[in-house]
Amino acid sequence: MDEDRLTASVAGEVERVNKLICVKPLKTRYNGEVGDVVVGRITEVQQKRWKVETNSRLDSVLLLSSVNLPGGELRRRSAQDELAMRDYLQEGDLISAEVQSIFSDGALSLHTRSLKYGKLGQGVLVLLSPSLVKRQKTHFHNLPCGASIILGNNGFVWLYPTPAQQDEEAGGFYTSMEAVSLSDREVISRLRNCLLALAAHKVLLYDTSVLYCYEASLSHQIKDILKPEITEEIILETRQRLVEHEG
Amino acid sequence: MAAVQVSEAEKVYIVHGVRDDLRLDGRGCEDYRHMEIETDVVSNTDGSAKISLGLTDVLVGVKAEIGKPKPMVPDEGYLEFFVDCSANATPEFEGRGGEELGVELSNTLYKVFNNRHSVDLRSLCICPGENCWVLYVDVLLLQCDGNLFDAISIAIKAALFNTRIPKVHVSEDEEGVKEIELSDDPYDCMRLNVENVPCVVTLCKIGHRHVVDATLQEKACSVASLLISVTHRGMVTCVRKMGGGSLDPESIFEMTEAGKRVGKALHAPLMELLQKEESLGKKRQKVGFLG
Repeated sequence: MDEDRLTASVAGEVERVNKLICVKPLKTRYNGEVGDVVVGRITEVQQKRWKVETNSRLDSVLLLSSVNLPGGELRRRSAQDELAMRDYLQEGDLISAEVQSIFSDGALSLHTRSLKYGKLGQGVLVLLSPSLVKRQKTHFHNLPCGASIILGNNGFVWLYPTPAQQDEEAGGFYTSMEAVSLSDREVISRLRNCLLALAAHKVLLYDTSVLYCYEASLSHQIKDILKPEITEEIILETRQRLVEHEG
Repeated sequence: MAAVQVSEAEKVYIVHGVRDDLRLDGRGCEDYRHMEIETDVVSNTDGSAKISLGLTDVLVGVKAEIGKPKPMVPDEGYLEFFVDCSANATPEFEGRGGEELGVELSNTLYKVFNNRHSVDLRSLCICPGENCWVLYVDVLLLQCDGNLFDAISIAIKAALFNTRIPKVHVSEDEEGVKEIELSDDPYDCMRLNVENVPCVVTLCKIGHRHVVDATLQEKACSVASLLISVTHRGMVTCVRKMGGGSLDPESIFEMTEAGKRVGKALHAPLMELLQKEESLGKKRQKVGFLG
């Protein structure tokens, strides 16, 4: 701070509360809060826990006691469960989870103790900046265009075909390896390109903005969406609709 | 090369997608990503080019020096390649991590250009047996998102097109000592004929089909890939198989044919673009690295 000017070390949005000045950076690692929905990739399988990569400063931790057992039993985890850890989640698998607590060093502790969380099956992962994902009541959306989306607070967005019927007992254990239909694939590819276009222009991501961008892109071919001129056109239209919708 | 981890379900999704000719970003199996090329970006080289193919960024600089020709071919000059994988691309390349990949890329480039049709080496000769032009081609990897070979070969072609070698005049004085004089006019230079410079096409085998311009995720799903360098007439100068998986002879034939087709189709638009950029002359706005 020199003379009358205050300079921050990061670039972003400034928030002022009385005498407190905060800068929310545009490009940052994910800083977790309790209750956030995150999408992560398993990097290590350790003794009683998994290490999950969530685009934060430290790898997050998923304890064995924080996942549901197959069949939904409620019992103490035994040594056999420990040995069977790799059968459930291996290195490279994707999961959706919720932040349970934060360790003193800043690492997040995750849990998947609900039927909507768990191992993710076929779909596409898009890596974006965490500051672009809007905080909402729910991060799981079934979009009307025919695909479903999980907007992780850590910037990892998961696109997948809407499951035909809700499988209650499986609860994240069973992943279908059947081929996804071509029409679903087209919707998912289009959504992926739209997300990348929105991120390139720093538009806040939530279900409405993604949907408007999808509808604005329908007049172009999927692979053309990432061309700079066409991206600008689509984003302009999306921004206009969002302003109308708010106003 | 920097690798990403992909889960089993994601691999299945990608393989089925390639089978249906619809990749993750909506491209077909033989489509390239958005490509941007700019030449003359580095001021202290004789020729340079920067290419960004999707998220892969490559910078090539060409410097011409006078050296001694190789004893086997006294009336030809030669090219020297050096590929530097900078730590900018991924943290794995820090220190000596990128050396292995850099050496592999350089050796492949030597093979690709190791024939007398690609670049007219005779035009690089000054005094047969004594002096010749040596073109040092330096490649710098700035960002790595799959398909390095293709990006590097296109950038080299653009940089060679942009190269301006000063004209020299050899004079002999009384004692027979040869003196080489560079012409005084800085714009009096020789250009290279890059018509026959080949472009590399990498085809990755995913499932039963092959894709061109694979991203890192698609690379993680493929077991083997074929690298073909093709000139604008469809002549193949180098074929290399990479990866630990096996390819059966029919698919090699199919992939070679596809590579020739895609490679041939690359050259014409590239030359057009380079000519157009050159015709803009001094007034052209240089974008360079920012923007």
